[in-house]
Amino acid sequence: MAVSTNTILICAGGACISAGEKSVKQVLEEKLREYALDGVVRVVETGCMGACDLGPIVAVFPEGVYYQKVNAENVKKIVEEHILKGRVVEEMLFEGPQGKITEEVHEEHPFFKKQVKIATRNLGIIDPMNIDEYIARDGYFALIKTLTQMSPEEVIETVKKSGLRGRGGAGFPTGLKWELTRKSPADKKFVVCNADEGDPGAFMDRSILEGDPHTVLEAMTIAGYAIGGQKGYVYVRAEYPLAIERLRNAIKQAREYGFLGENILGTDFSFDIEIRIGAGAFVCGEETALMNSIEGKRGQPNVKPPYPAQKGLWGYPTLINNVETFANIPPIIIKGADWFASIGTETSKGTKVFALAGKVKNTGIVEVPMGITLRELIYDIGGGVPNGKKLKAIQTGGPSGGCIPAEYLDTPVDYESLKKLGAIMGSGGMIVMDEDTCMVDVAKFFLQFTVDESCGKCVPCREGTKRMLEILEKITSGEGEEEDIEKLEELGQTIIDSSLCGLGQTAPNPVLSTLKYFKDEYEAHVKEKICPAKVCKSLIRYVIDPDKCVGCTACARVCPVNAISGEVRKIHNIDPEICTRCGSCIEVCRFGAISKVSP
Amino acid sequence: MVKVDLDKVKEIVEKVKQETLEEGDILINTLHAIQDYYNNFVPPEAAEEVAKLLNIPVSRVYEVLSFYSMFSIKPRGKYVIRVCKSLPCHVTGGREVMEALKNKLGIEIGETTADGMFTLETTSCLGLCGVAPVIMINDQSFGNLTPEKIDEIIERFRGDENA
Repeated sequence: MAVSTNTILICAGGACISAGEKSVKQVLEEKLREYALDGVVRVVETGCMGACDLGPIVAVFPEGVYYQKVNAENVKKIVEEHILKGRVVEEMLFEGPQGKITEEVHEEHPFFKKQVKIATRNLGIIDPMNIDEYIARDGYFALIKTLTQMSPEEVIETVKKSGLRGRGGAGFPTGLKWELTRKSPADKKFVVCNADEGDPGAFMDRSILEGDPHTVLEAMTIAGYAIGGQKGYVYVRAEYPLAIERLRNAIKQAREYGFLGENILGTDFSFDIEIRIGAGAFVCGEETALMNSIEGKRGQPNVKPPYPAQKGLWGYPTLINNVETFANIPPIIIKGADWFASIGTETSKGTKVFALAGKVKNTGIVEVPMGITLRELIYDIGGGVPNGKKLKAIQTGGPSGGCIPAEYLDTPVDYESLKKLGAIMGSGGMIVMDEDTCMVDVAKFFLQFTVDESCGKCVPCREGTKRMLEILEKITSGEGEEEDIEKLEELGQTIIDSSLCGLGQTAPNPVLSTLKYFKDEYEAHVKEKICPAKVCKSLIRYVIDPDKCVGCTACARVCPVNAISGEVRKIHNIDPEICTRCGSCIEVCRFGAISKVSP
Repeated sequence: MVKVDLDKVKEIVEKVKQETLEEGDILINTLHAIQDYYNNFVPPEAAEEVAKLLNIPVSRVYEVLSFYSMFSIKPRGKYVIRVCKSLPCHVTGGREVMEALKNKLGIEIGETTADGMFTLETTSCLGLCGVAPVIMINDQSFGNLTPEKIDEIIERFRGDENA
């Protein structure tokens, strides 16, 4: 048997693959072969390591040295310097917000130190295509424990006592859901994993499915045992082809090892899991719409009650949990409810995975204890706002959530505190926005999303959101009237009160929360016809500063509509009537002579 | 016009049936398989054959085809380019990427290039926000995009085609 001296882990999460991971791996393996090291150095593709903006990431073990932004060229150095000569390649070291991370300070680095990994415990550590690596990290041990030592009631009691709440958005107590489904009398029951992650800016479920698919399968099987179910479905979006591929492979392996199928581990419990793929409809993340889609229908929601726990798939009691919720189950079973409940706050136990995106230095996914403050999350872990810009607001919960202004940075992150501010935990997407962001534009953006994704079944959502969008378009194009702001508030409340499902009931949140904290911006658009952040095209003009313009003609040449006039070495001028505000001229001007003004 | 081989449709339906553990409704999975086979669209004749084979009304099949944005009953390009229109991409230069694609391909959203190579569409979040802005071409995703990279990627796909 070959003995490995080093193991090189390459992050093969979706983001790193999109940034060129495959060519890095290819060159790395070629280089290793060249030095006849291919037998002694193992190269393993793992799941998401979390720091997506620094990808592709390569880690060399046993030293535990992380390299960032590796490409097909500089990966050669890792082989020639680090592997062959034992010298760390300084200039490629993983750089956190507080500087380079070397092996000595790795554990102490805030990016790692403030994180507590439960749901994402195996991400970036194991090869998601290999069941043995999952087993080596206590994988399927929780299943063995439940099937051999625990009654279904004891499993439910443990989940209840842990205080785990749904990580998909609403935060319903998970154990209670399990108990309700168990108590619904029926000869057939289903377990469904909601992997229809659709909130813009949320990608933790994708990362878990891609990086640790077995944890979801194990937890679903435990849930099946607890509720008395026979079959499970994972409903994955078609937009996640890599997650589907790894999940398919995981199901195959679990069946081969006897963790799925007839008489699991020799007990009389049988359970199997199948994948169902979505086809591009955001509303399918709503549980009743999702079940309709699994049944092969249009993914439109139903009126609740009856809840899925009573009447779900094909009328049978069905337990639906989201990916991250399931990923917490195996550790809770192994380490116990008290351990899990000791992490977090009074009402929000355990950890939450957040996806940091937008104007923040370190984008990617992080798992932190509930109750951490937004400041710690954005600054200590996320590294703050890049380019010396000021933080303006944080958007949480996607199109169902709201914007939290910078002055509430010290708010602890838990279900209740965020709700109090008019935002929601949601699935954990966190989009950081800097001073260059127009809040009216952001609200319009989310509403455009809801209008596109509304399934059309109920009137308040279908027509109401459209009318709200029209008003916002009016305001951002400089046609707003004073009563429009009131209309938005009234219409928003009506849509919340009268929509059929969660999509409509939360759709006005982005508008209402920005109105709450940034009313002055709305008023500037309406009364003074100014866009303070200089984003809304109808309310801005591009101008050339005559003191800085040297007449290089670069802007005039790049302008797609010939709006810029001026001769060589003479001051140029932009005609606002022709200008389409595309911004190309600002990018090419090397003298900083072009700026935006409003009005 | 694409010629639809009904035996092939039957074969696809049978294959999907076999991959299913129990009798349920497999319509969506079947349509995905058909769409993959016919290069990104579901020909009407195939849709009608699926209805027959699954013993459901044709209207049920169309109801599903028209609801989900990823299905198309119109022929699409060999490569469907999906541009993420979500906020994280929007604030990191997604608009410029979209413009670059439109200019490069000379088509608008929803259109297909005259040579049948590319169809341009938008998509909701692809979950790759860490490397925004992002696009997906069929099943392959590309991140950290700029207008220059768009140029490169499209040229590469065209090159592969001519090679």
